[in-house]
Amino acid sequence: MFLDKTTVAKIARLARVRIPEADRDRIAGELSNILAFVEQLKEVDTKGVAPMTSVVAVSLKQRDDTVTVIGDRDGILANAPQMEHGFFVVPKVIE
Amino acid sequence: MAALLIEGSNGPWEIVIGLEVHAQVISRAKLFSGAATAFGADPNTQVSFVDAAMPGMLPVINRICVEQAVKTGVALDARINLTSVFDRKNYFYPDLPAGYQISQYQQPIVGRGTVTIDLKDGSSRTIGITRLHLEQDAGKSLHDIAPHASHVDLNRAGVALMEIVSEPDLRSPEEAGAYLKKVRSILRYIGTCDGNMEEGSLRCDANVSVRRPGDPLGTRCEIKNVNSIRFVQKAIEYEANRQVDILEGGGAIAQETRLFDSAKGETRTMRSKEEAHDYRYFPDPDLLPLVLDPAWVDQVRGSLPELPDPKKARFIADYGLSPYDAGVLVAEQASADYFEAVAKGRDAKAASNWITVELFGALNRLGLDIDRSPVSAAALGGLLDLMTDGTISGRLAKDVFAAMVESGKDAMTVVEEKGLRQVTDASAIETAVETIMAAEAAKVAEYRSGKDKLFGYFVGQVMRAMGGKANPQALNELLKRKLAG
Repeated sequence: MFLDKTTVAKIARLARVRIPEADRDRIAGELSNILAFVEQLKEVDTKGVAPMTSVVAVSLKQRDDTVTVIGDRDGILANAPQMEHGFFVVPKVIE
Repeated sequence: MAALLIEGSNGPWEIVIGLEVHAQVISRAKLFSGAATAFGADPNTQVSFVDAAMPGMLPVINRICVEQAVKTGVALDARINLTSVFDRKNYFYPDLPAGYQISQYQQPIVGRGTVTIDLKDGSSRTIGITRLHLEQDAGKSLHDIAPHASHVDLNRAGVALMEIVSEPDLRSPEEAGAYLKKVRSILRYIGTCDGNMEEGSLRCDANVSVRRPGDPLGTRCEIKNVNSIRFVQKAIEYEANRQVDILEGGGAIAQETRLFDSAKGETRTMRSKEEAHDYRYFPDPDLLPLVLDPAWVDQVRGSLPELPDPKKARFIADYGLSPYDAGVLVAEQASADYFEAVAKGRDAKAASNWITVELFGALNRLGLDIDRSPVSAAALGGLLDLMTDGTISGRLAKDVFAAMVESGKDAMTVVEEKGLRQVTDASAIETAVETIMAAEAAKVAEYRSGKDKLFGYFVGQVMRAMGGKANPQALNELLKRKLAG
């Protein structure tokens, strides 16, 4: 699979990563190489094999429905660049 | 027939609607963290480091949230998927700290099901459910605290949501409203969501398109975040008409996300979401597939209470109620229970009438739920008993009821205090009849000369003189005899 420059720009935008125009060709080449490497897996015949989402043979652990966290507002807000009245403050986002 | 066709300039258009309901799961703790879920707490006081997406934090699923989703799936007569997978839905928004929402995409916990909706004309229709999946709610952004900033509260971030997606089977705003009411009613019966649209624990997105009857589906628009059943109906009506105008003008519908502006009663484009539909879902590497034990699912299935539809059928069959009245009574479990308590051993139709007309009218005026009714089921039953045994007349019962609503006293106490006991004593009624006949000699003569319509007039006069307490049958018989001369 080959990624072109336009796709790289689109993925970068979706991930909010700034990739300068001048770098896009190079990155498209690098990403295409990674994809080509992973694509070797396609050579294995997986007919009848269920998709695997984990390599460990355990099932999902479940938790009881109990409140175990005491609200630590100061801790939660500690790294916020800006806060006010107990809220995070961010640049205006409005529809 | 509840399909609403829009009459175009050259033929009718059919509206096609599918709804996505986001229902907040009733649980103490969040879907993947131990933070509390209570509504209305101070901002950011119910946030764990998992909810705030601090580095290194791992989600652990809450078993009760899983159970609530399975319960809901069973109540929607849906397929329960014994293996389901959690995926990351990636997008950026300030109230989503991780940059992704943990949701379910290709393998949801619940598959196809059905909901039967009840329409005003007494008919019913079956609407398909495509799926139900579990996901995290986002935090809340407030835009009106400061002019150039938004304020973010993460208390809601990570609370469990069930997204219930319908098939595009709905054909009118009325059907959409009936669907929402029924889903809400089912959720409240089984206790998996409180259904409170004002507090946002039940939210709805509507997918709307129009087509010529018989044509394939048209291009749809999605209307986001409508927070009342009435607004959902208004938004759909506006949107369908907007699309018809565009198509009849020779234009084409652009698939997009729109917002409903309840103040203006219109929908408009939500520009910021144009690019957001590329969510790049992938299985969340922090979570293994959720595998359910079939025996446990059967146990959940067996734990459900009687649901609104079977209850409605039972009310019609056992109590002889009309489908409409039965539907009104079963909409809320509390009113159904109230009705059964009143109807037990009494005239069920009278019980139904008193509840749906007098009681619901009074509760509406007072803005109270039936749980907080000033007149208990036992007290209303007592009132019906007093009518049945002749202690009070039917016409006075409404006054007694009004006094019961006001004072919270039982029927007998009100009757005794106000002296409303029905007079069946013939001599007392006779005295009153004679007094009126003497005072209205001219009318008596008219009556006797053939104007029998005056009979009702005399009944009214005697009743008034006796403060409405005369036994109506006794009065009628006596009056007829006396007037005959």
